[in-house]
Amino acid sequence: MEELIEILKDLHSDVDFDTCTTLIDDKILDSFDIVSIVSEVNDRFDVAIPAKELVPENFNSAKALWDLITRLEED
Amino acid sequence: MLFTSLPFIVFIAVLFVVYYAFVPHKERWVLLLIASLAFYWFADPRYLIFIGVTALTAYVFAIITENYNAKRKAYLKANKEYFDSESKKKYKNKTTRVTRLLMLAALLINLGILAVTKYTNFVIDTMNSWRTEPLSFVNIIVPMGISFYTFQTVSYSIDICRGTIKAQRNFFKFLLFVSFFPQLVQGPISRYEDLSQTLYEPKRYGFRHVSYGFLRILWGYFKKLVVADRLVIALKALTESPDEYKGAYVFVVMMLYAAQLYCDFTGGIDITIGIAQMLGITVKENFNLPYFSKNIKEYWNRWHITMGTWFTDYIFYPLSVSPNMLKLSKWSRQHLGNAVGKRVTVYISCFAVWLATGIWHGAAWHFVVWGLMNFVVIMASQELEPLYAKFHGKFALKNKPGYAVFEIVRTFLLMSSLKLFDCYRDVGLTFKMFGSMFYTFNVGKLFNGSLLELGLTGGDYLVSGIAIVIVFLVSLYKYIKNKDFRDYLYEKYPLFVLSGVLLLIATLVFGAYGQGFDASQFIYNQF
Amino acid sequence: MSKEDGKLTIREVLFPLLTLAAIFITVAALWFLQRLLVPKYQRGVVEGSMIEEYYDSEEPHEVLFLGDCEVYENISTVALYRDYGISSYIRGSAQQLTWQSYYLLEDTLRYETPDVVVFSVLALKYGEPQSESYNRMTLDGMEWSLSKWNAIEASMTEDENMIDYIFPFLRYHSRWSELTATDFEHVFDKDRVTINGYYMRTDVLPEGPFPDPMPLADYTLPETSMEYLSRIVDLCRENDIELVLIKAPTLYPHWYDQWDEQVRDFAAANNVPYINYIYLRDQIDLDMSVDTYDAGLHLNLSGAEKFADYIGQYLVDNYDLTDYREVPEVAQMWQDDILFYDELRDAQNAELMQYGELRSWGANAIEN
Repeated sequence: MEELIEILKDLHSDVDFDTCTTLIDDKILDSFDIVSIVSEVNDRFDVAIPAKELVPENFNSAKALWDLITRLEED
Repeated sequence: MLFTSLPFIVFIAVLFVVYYAFVPHKERWVLLLIASLAFYWFADPRYLIFIGVTALTAYVFAIITENYNAKRKAYLKANKEYFDSESKKKYKNKTTRVTRLLMLAALLINLGILAVTKYTNFVIDTMNSWRTEPLSFVNIIVPMGISFYTFQTVSYSIDICRGTIKAQRNFFKFLLFVSFFPQLVQGPISRYEDLSQTLYEPKRYGFRHVSYGFLRILWGYFKKLVVADRLVIALKALTESPDEYKGAYVFVVMMLYAAQLYCDFTGGIDITIGIAQMLGITVKENFNLPYFSKNIKEYWNRWHITMGTWFTDYIFYPLSVSPNMLKLSKWSRQHLGNAVGKRVTVYISCFAVWLATGIWHGAAWHFVVWGLMNFVVIMASQELEPLYAKFHGKFALKNKPGYAVFEIVRTFLLMSSLKLFDCYRDVGLTFKMFGSMFYTFNVGKLFNGSLLELGLTGGDYLVSGIAIVIVFLVSLYKYIKNKDFRDYLYEKYPLFVLSGVLLLIATLVFGAYGQGFDASQFIYNQF
Repeated sequence: MSKEDGKLTIREVLFPLLTLAAIFITVAALWFLQRLLVPKYQRGVVEGSMIEEYYDSEEPHEVLFLGDCEVYENISTVALYRDYGISSYIRGSAQQLTWQSYYLLEDTLRYETPDVVVFSVLALKYGEPQSESYNRMTLDGMEWSLSKWNAIEASMTEDENMIDYIFPFLRYHSRWSELTATDFEHVFDKDRVTINGYYMRTDVLPEGPFPDPMPLADYTLPETSMEYLSRIVDLCRENDIELVLIKAPTLYPHWYDQWDEQVRDFAAANNVPYINYIYLRDQIDLDMSVDTYDAGLHLNLSGAEKFADYIGQYLVDNYDLTDYREVPEVAQMWQDDILFYDELRDAQNAELMQYGELRSWGANAIEN
């Protein structure tokens, strides 16, 4: 989780990713950010996030994103 | 059938009465299907074959895919004990491969129809430019709304493959999703998961949604008839004689076209969504105050939204996160450094998206260049971001209200100048005309009455000017209060009624329709 | 219905009521705007007012004239009455096409049945609808009936639509920018512009030389107009009306001998009289240096009175017409017409004295 927050902080240093739950809805993360996150996650966690998982529900908060990564790891 | 044609208005009026007065509320979707097919039949009965084939393909492949998935899953479950994690993975991968092939087959057929009908002559035209013996054009019909319904169908097929939606088992219901007539003219491009929520549900008459829908339709006609169809007359005159109208006139073209396109396109969408709302159906919004955007990325999140998200979800994301792209991303970060490497894949995907967007808009090179110019501008602003950050670090302008206005005006001008490609419909000419703004100084000419020789009178300019101010104020209300102006009016119901009366009368009196005015086709009609 | 008590809330009663009121207001406003926006044809171009004026005329009409400017500018209805006691009406309009004449006859028969119908043959040369504005001036003034519908159907040019005739608002809405004082003055009632269909002009412009007539590729009168002429014959027969075909004594537009021959043959075949007054100019005593106001295209008042005298004699000689000067109620009605006629003549003459030309009538009076 901390590593994930680190990735996110790299993109937007001024956002509190621990509490924010509207990263997509408030347009904090745009599509470019999401692609960066996917490739970083792929590098560091060795998890490939498929395109069908790139939906707002999975990216609105760091927690949701973390849940997604754990779910994909288990598969 | 154009939205502004009398047969269309009669069609809607009759449909509405029959819908609520004579059809039981559970069967109302059937009437919608009949109306949609009739809409196509009136335009050209042959269109029905095209839309039928497209719908049938997606329908059949979706059911095969879902049945196949279910069977494989059931088999896996029933024979759990015989699978270890390795062979289970293998089995699942095979399932995925097959469903993917099924999806590709469906896409190939449907995108193939789109490509052949819409782009054959474009390819021939392009080839002719370097052939000594020109090929002759082929006579192919382009079914009305084919880009819109094909894209809807493609998104359905992909979502089925991804397993994010359940297949529609009733072919007629599915056909309604593909052919739902109000959006065949100008979009929006609806997703099955959105539209299906209200499309098939029993629809009861409700005073509120009917009156909301009606007011929205009036608002759409007001924008379209009073502003767009009037300004198009001057725009035609200005762009048909580019040699005569250079310099400051190009700026006039920019401003008029920004207003004309906005009123035409959003007006059409208002009519579509308004009709759907009167029928008890929720269609996704396609615009969210685009001219209030502070940068071009934001602009594309607010303009033609359903198209933008379509390209993001079905081209940009799949391309960016495909295994090969991830490999490329890794490689380039290792070899080109983190800063550059990170961008490579995003830029490649982004390029693909804007190339596709350009081609989608029309079978012509100026659209392709227009799409790629958008790509260039987005990339440039992305690259300049650190510079901006530095600038803002030095000067604390960012939070000043004046700066927001500056950003909005800047983005508006930038996007308006890109739209010149669509005005002049020729790449070289567009660059030439854009350049002339900077070296031909003829501002004085604008005020010597030459604008009155474009087919519009002073009264015409005055009326469209007032209408644009009204449109602007209504938008400003929404921007500031984050609330639809109709909600405010509905709270004070007499005002709601009064604005309906005034809109109707103003549109009928000041609309540019009937003899004496050329009926202009909706810009997005052929898409 | 609100959920709990089954009683209607104020909103649920008020909203539909307000909406109903709004619909009513909208319809009323559009009706008013339509009246405001349609052309009034009160000054300058007055031809658009002629057709509707008929419905205000109270006296019975034993003679009905049908046709274009060759009847409504050339025959003084007052002279016919003064000299012979003939009560007549000219249902004329600018470039009235033959089918329009037919449907105007049908329309007239809804109100009265004249003894004699006089049809001017010049428009037989047109087999196709000619122009929207002339159509409008003839058709807009008709009251609604199947005849009007059919007249519109037969007359529309390619760009015209029935809906624009049913709701003239749709056609004239863009006149908002060119409304004149006249439009506001005459929203609800219009001034009289003719005397039983006769359009008076007292100015003089002597007949000048006309261009040589162009040779035509085909001199056959169009089938459509001849077909409608047959229908006029039949309709008159059904209603025991005597039909007379005339060609007015004016020389321009040119009336070809070949046309004359065809009409003559038609008249003989159908057993109706046809009189070409071009050959009778001397008998009428026309002096085209003083009897025309536009160089010979149309007659002025003095010409129209002479022509009325001549044609009136023919009518009383050949048909059994009432002398309405002897019928007190009708004579009373005619007194008003004569008064208006004399006043109009005096007013025009006064302007001629003052300016040497007409300023409140004709081309000089066109607004915009």
